[in-house]
Amino acid sequence: MPDYTLTTSENLQRRHAAEARFRWIGRLAVLLSLGFLVLMFFSISTRGMGAFGQTHIQLEIHFDEAMLDPNKQRDPQQLARANYKPIVNQALFELFPEVQTRRAQRSLYRLLSSGAVFDLANMAGQNPDLVGSTQLLWLPASAEVDLFMKGKVDVSLEEKLRRLKNNEIAWINQLKVKRQIRKKFNTAFFTKGDSREPELSGILGAMIGSFLSLLVCFSIAFPVGVLTAVYLEEFAKKTRFTDLIEININNLAAVPSIVFGLLGLSIFLGVFHMPRSTPLVGGLVLALMTLPTIIIAARAALRSVPNTIREAALGLGASKVQTTFHHAVPLAMPGMLTGTILGMAGALGETAPLLMIGMVAFIVDVPQGITDVATSLPVQIFLWADSPEKGFVERTSAAIMVLLAFLVLMNLFAVFLRRKLEKQW
Amino acid sequence: MNIKMITTSLLALSVVACSPSADQDNNNTVAAPAKPAGRDHIKIVGSSTVYPFSTVVAENFGRTTRFKTPVVESTGSGGGLKLFCAGLGERHPDITNASRRIKSSEIKNCTENGVTEIIEVKIGYDGIVLANSRKNPQLEISLHDLFLALAKNVPDGGQGLTVNPYKTWADVNPDLPAIKIEVMGPPPTSGTRDAFVELAMEGGCKSIDWIKALKQTDKPAYKALCHTIREDGAFIEAGENDNLIVQKLNANPNAFGIFGFSFLDQNLDTIQGSLIDGVPPEFDRIADGDYPISRSLFFYVKKANIGQIPGVQEYMNEFISNKASGSEGYLTDRGLIPMQPAEHASWADKINRLEPLQLD
Repeated sequence: MPDYTLTTSENLQRRHAAEARFRWIGRLAVLLSLGFLVLMFFSISTRGMGAFGQTHIQLEIHFDEAMLDPNKQRDPQQLARANYKPIVNQALFELFPEVQTRRAQRSLYRLLSSGAVFDLANMAGQNPDLVGSTQLLWLPASAEVDLFMKGKVDVSLEEKLRRLKNNEIAWINQLKVKRQIRKKFNTAFFTKGDSREPELSGILGAMIGSFLSLLVCFSIAFPVGVLTAVYLEEFAKKTRFTDLIEININNLAAVPSIVFGLLGLSIFLGVFHMPRSTPLVGGLVLALMTLPTIIIAARAALRSVPNTIREAALGLGASKVQTTFHHAVPLAMPGMLTGTILGMAGALGETAPLLMIGMVAFIVDVPQGITDVATSLPVQIFLWADSPEKGFVERTSAAIMVLLAFLVLMNLFAVFLRRKLEKQW
Repeated sequence: MNIKMITTSLLALSVVACSPSADQDNNNTVAAPAKPAGRDHIKIVGSSTVYPFSTVVAENFGRTTRFKTPVVESTGSGGGLKLFCAGLGERHPDITNASRRIKSSEIKNCTENGVTEIIEVKIGYDGIVLANSRKNPQLEISLHDLFLALAKNVPDGGQGLTVNPYKTWADVNPDLPAIKIEVMGPPPTSGTRDAFVELAMEGGCKSIDWIKALKQTDKPAYKALCHTIREDGAFIEAGENDNLIVQKLNANPNAFGIFGFSFLDQNLDTIQGSLIDGVPPEFDRIADGDYPISRSLFFYVKKANIGQIPGVQEYMNEFISNKASGSEGYLTDRGLIPMQPAEHASWADKINRLEPLQLD
């Protein structure tokens, strides 16, 4: 008898080595992708964290009745339109009485955000009793001052190369000593729409735009997708025609999203004359885009429901519709919902189809309904990344963080549904 | 059970999702008599170069008047004029921005679709700069040398042409630094590229006498020679995002970038503009017209929509007012090069009279 152990041991060694190699390659692949992920999160959050704080300057504002409301009517609309610039100027000059030349006064005024006067107008419009009183208020500083406070201005540079001049830095330092300048949580970022002033811009408009688009998308894609899947899987006979439909659905899932945008442009805007730039059209386009994903996921979920359940229901005298809707669909629902949520998460990150239907636009007003003009979160990121002002760099990263947070939440919800509801057969 | 609850709640959610649209429709029918045209905000499309200025005016306009803030889309000059000329009525934009003048073919297209009266508004100038990182010395170059460095075909010394042989700037002119020619610029779809080719490339091209003579005898050949940028890797098409070019310049001090003045203005701490024909790309020098690569910026308004869409005329007035596009206006903070006061006043006057564009 030949000695097999000699030959196999060599063979065995090789096989073990191959296994070890494969394990290490696998580990490396996982490490590499984790490394990229960590790098991405790290670079985005170090750049974006700054945007959650905004520099404010404390001023003693005297709401002068003679200037704001000479007729003493206390009309909120009138007060919201009054000119608050002289009042703010006055407060600044009281702080720095030594500033005399017009030019210097102009640059002193530029320490504050140009939006500060609108904040005052809003306050007085909402509370007319403020007129005549004197208030100690924190007003937003300009983007240049904000960048300086965050240490992003290179003071060692020649003065003419900096947007913030030496006298302005001196004033800021004086304010620092008096504790009248400080960073506060940037509430405007979460409560306002877009703006061309970095310090006034917020993502609320984009968030609501995204939410409304997804709502439209969900309320169309989910019922249509599920019903299509149920019909194809439970009722339709397998014929050439259904095969053709199946191939087409699979193909549609792979069509680049810009094509759906072009479709939306020619059909929804061109034929049906729906309003341009609205979440209604955006949601419809995104629904077309996610529909194949939902159908495929829903069909897979239905297929995984064991046939014994259908047979048992039919055997007890249930009709085909009863069998399907009382038994098969509820059992397949977790899988369907998971597929839907993943499809919606994909739709949340889309910009290309929205470009064609005019949702890539500068829109300040926060949308109130699905027929108001709106943008979406990824569009807002794109627009800010393209802006020349430096203050938008950190806002871009902050908006990415918000978008990522939503994506993570949606995916977690999908995982939760799967864990909670899915049954093992 | 759990599944049922979630399903019903999701279905309820979709019902809720549909209801705002119903509310909206009701509101519209009730409010319809008050709004003659149906649309209550101005729609603006067009050039990505004018977009930063147009949005600033739109925001200020929305904040300081009773009108809603106009919606501004960046579609490029050509795309904007196409949308603008597609027809009258509230479905089509009221205003389009352009980083060049409207072409006669576009006016024809407009007229065919019923857009007969167009008001032209010039808002100022934009300089196109060639810039590099501050880590390297500032470049001083003539249009002639710039053409030789970037053209696809260059004169071979006599009257013939040869494929561009220059690898470094010093090859073009020994006074220039001996570093590799590497220029990042916008793609052909961009208005900035058009302007750069027309003003800088053609400007340098014309400085060679026999090519200038060619313009009279063989215009297509002249255009092909002067307007074609080299494709051997020395000129890199860097996409429409100018911020990206600025970042790449910081990473690679030997590279140069081509973009609008406003991006140089915002990034003076890290990059510097090259002197062209001895003139630095500075605010005053562009405004005086000394700097050779600058172009006019415009927007176009449909006269028929004034009075139809609330605020169109007021928006025009805001844009042309001294506090916006005047020599000390807020747009100059954003890098717009204003017109000289006399020219500014004459445009303001034209707009007051709502004088439509004349075919010439």
